Amino acid sequence: MKNLLFLPLIIPLATAVLGLLAWNQRKFQRIAGICSTALLSVTAVLLLLEVQQHGILSAQAGNWPAPFGITLVADTFSALMLLATGLMGLCVTVYSLADADSDQEARGYHPLLQVLLLGICGSFLTGDLFNLYVWFEVMLIASFVLLALGGKREQMEGAIKYVALNLIASALLLAGIGLLYGVTGTLNMAHLAIRLQEMPHTGTIPVIAVLLFCAFSIKAAVFPFYFWLPASYHTPPIAVITIFSALLSKVGIYVLIRVFTLIFPQETITGQPLILGAAGLTMLFGALGAIAQPELRRLLSFCVVSQIGYLLMGLGLMTPLALAGSIFFMLHIMAAKSALFLTSGVVARMSGTTMLKELGGLYKRYPLLAVLFLVPALSVAGIPPLSGFWGKLALVQAGLQSEQYLLVAMALGVSVLTLYYLVTAWIALFWKNQPADAEKLHHLPAVRRGQMIVPALLLALVSLVAGLLPEPLFRLCHIASEQLLNNDAYIKAVLGVTQ
Amino acid sequence: MESMLAVVIGGLYAAGMYLMVRRSIVKMIFGLALLGNAANLLIFTVGRLTRGRPPHVPADGVLSALPVADPVPQALILTAIVIGFGVQAFALVLIKRVYQTVGSDDQDVMVTENQGQEKLGQEEER
Amino acid sequence: MHSLILATAIRLLLPLMLLFSLFLLLRGHNEPGGGFVGGLVVAAAFALYTLAHGEKEGRRMLRVAPLQLVASGLLIALTSGLLPLLAGLPFLTALWSAVPAPVIGHAGTPLLFDLGVYLLVAGMSLLIIFTLMEEN
Repeated sequence: MKNLLFLPLIIPLATAVLGLLAWNQRKFQRIAGICSTALLSVTAVLLLLEVQQHGILSAQAGNWPAPFGITLVADTFSALMLLATGLMGLCVTVYSLADADSDQEARGYHPLLQVLLLGICGSFLTGDLFNLYVWFEVMLIASFVLLALGGKREQMEGAIKYVALNLIASALLLAGIGLLYGVTGTLNMAHLAIRLQEMPHTGTIPVIAVLLFCAFSIKAAVFPFYFWLPASYHTPPIAVITIFSALLSKVGIYVLIRVFTLIFPQETITGQPLILGAAGLTMLFGALGAIAQPELRRLLSFCVVSQIGYLLMGLGLMTPLALAGSIFFMLHIMAAKSALFLTSGVVARMSGTTMLKELGGLYKRYPLLAVLFLVPALSVAGIPPLSGFWGKLALVQAGLQSEQYLLVAMALGVSVLTLYYLVTAWIALFWKNQPADAEKLHHLPAVRRGQMIVPALLLALVSLVAGLLPEPLFRLCHIASEQLLNNDAYIKAVLGVTQ
Repeated sequence: MESMLAVVIGGLYAAGMYLMVRRSIVKMIFGLALLGNAANLLIFTVGRLTRGRPPHVPADGVLSALPVADPVPQALILTAIVIGFGVQAFALVLIKRVYQTVGSDDQDVMVTENQGQEKLGQEEER
Repeated sequence: MHSLILATAIRLLLPLMLLFSLFLLLRGHNEPGGGFVGGLVVAAAFALYTLAHGEKEGRRMLRVAPLQLVASGLLIALTSGLLPLLAGLPFLTALWSAVPAPVIGHAGTPLLFDLGVYLLVAGMSLLIIFTLMEEN
């Protein structure tokens, strides 16, 4: 069953290759994309079951024994993230059937999406720090091209900012990895964990930790490195932003949690005030930025930043409850946020604009669409029966247990701000009267509308169900956080020995 | 040798950062390339410098007693160079496209004209 | 910009460089060389030809679209990784033929992988070079 671990890499890669070979067959590319993401989700479910039954899995690429070869590892956390990747990929691919225009498809939209998924799956599975860098670059190259695809003027501006900032992050990451190898002589994450436990944590090791923290923070859009995200995420088509906001920044957070619980637990504890400060300020500045935006996509981009703060909060607190809360919140935010993005994409398609001022009155004609926007919006804000509430509750509880009252106050305050700006946006889109000089609404054909609405509906339902029945998912998150905080099982799975 | 390389690496980082904050996107790409090279040289230096001892077993299978070079940093640098090559090539294509659509390589021009266009568009709609 | 010297030289250089790239590819397993360098030499050969005769002629000389080279390279590399799965070994494990083949010595999946890299690198570099040299 160990070969199961390779499937999340093989499936998207093979699909991308097939897509490249059949460059002009768009229909084939579309079907292949849907099959691939569906298969990916199934594989992730199998992996999750396998990990629950047999504990953490590992496999050695090329049969080179760890720590010399490249190890792939799946624990509960990575299996959950893989499942989310598969489902998000599926939703976005279906949505793209209606949203991607023929020009984008002709330039290889579907194969690129698969390459992006390949990079994401690789980052979730790898147990080797340098391999992680390679997957990051795979992901970045695919995302650069997806951002610039279409070649509109404003898109170019966003792409340049994205390229520059992410390449700086890559350079920092590379320097950090090089220094870490110089100090420890290994790059296998489990091996690194053992080696670093034996060393005094003075001199270069905290510096390396800070370098890596900065590199991953840029990727995850954490304060003070978040500014590139709203500057570039508002330009490309909605389907592309959805997958970026759902997966790319979450990969940054995933890696932060993985590296700082496994390799640098000491630095996480000594650096707690810094991490918590960054978390609180990320929430606050994201929310304040969102309030000031007159445009829907920019508003949602700032909202993405704001939610990243909550995810980082769990890492800073470093208790089982906090990490479980973070993981739950991460899954919740992927579903709810993407439902918001996709619904606003439908709105933008129909009204031809995303300026809040020029929109309005949609409730009268499309009441269902209004509900589809409102439910995930309330979920993101953390209103009780929905999934966001439980994630925030766990984080707040963990914060109170660790006596971080200021941070808890910030988290709660930002929730109120989130509720304010999302409801304002909802009113602007659906409730207020349509401005007199607004353009007429484009009516979408039923099939296209279905292709756009069904994914959004599915994601909103996930958020609703996870909110009504949080118990099973939360238990999984708890297992994941226990595995993160007890390194022994991970190290044993990779190296075959206990420390 | 290490200290000399350290100075070179520092110089590369400084030059790269300086170029990155210039307004011209061409210079920005050069800055990115320098940053990547600085990181590669850094890996090379922290991986211990050994002179004239290639890390492979000779055909007769006899290993010399002297220390040989560590192959891992070399493999890392090679991979990083290859990846850097790909990313920089993409960035070059991107700036060519930008230059074609915007007609300038100045980032300020790009941003202000975009805002100008947005305003213009709004006024037209009014 | 037409250069008579380059145009004449490239007629001789192109086949030589292609041969040299194959040599690099085949000696790559134990000696300096390999698919990556070989692919770059191929790309350099066609890039020189393109410099001498223009982008359209370059594309015509290559005959296949660079993107197809990339795709087939990836496909070959992926196949070399999938073959050991059939033998029950992990992804990308090296399988070697028992009998040495003439000229190339022991053949195996690493050579197949290298061939994939060779095509991929040549295709990718040429894709970028042609895109940058397009006139418009």
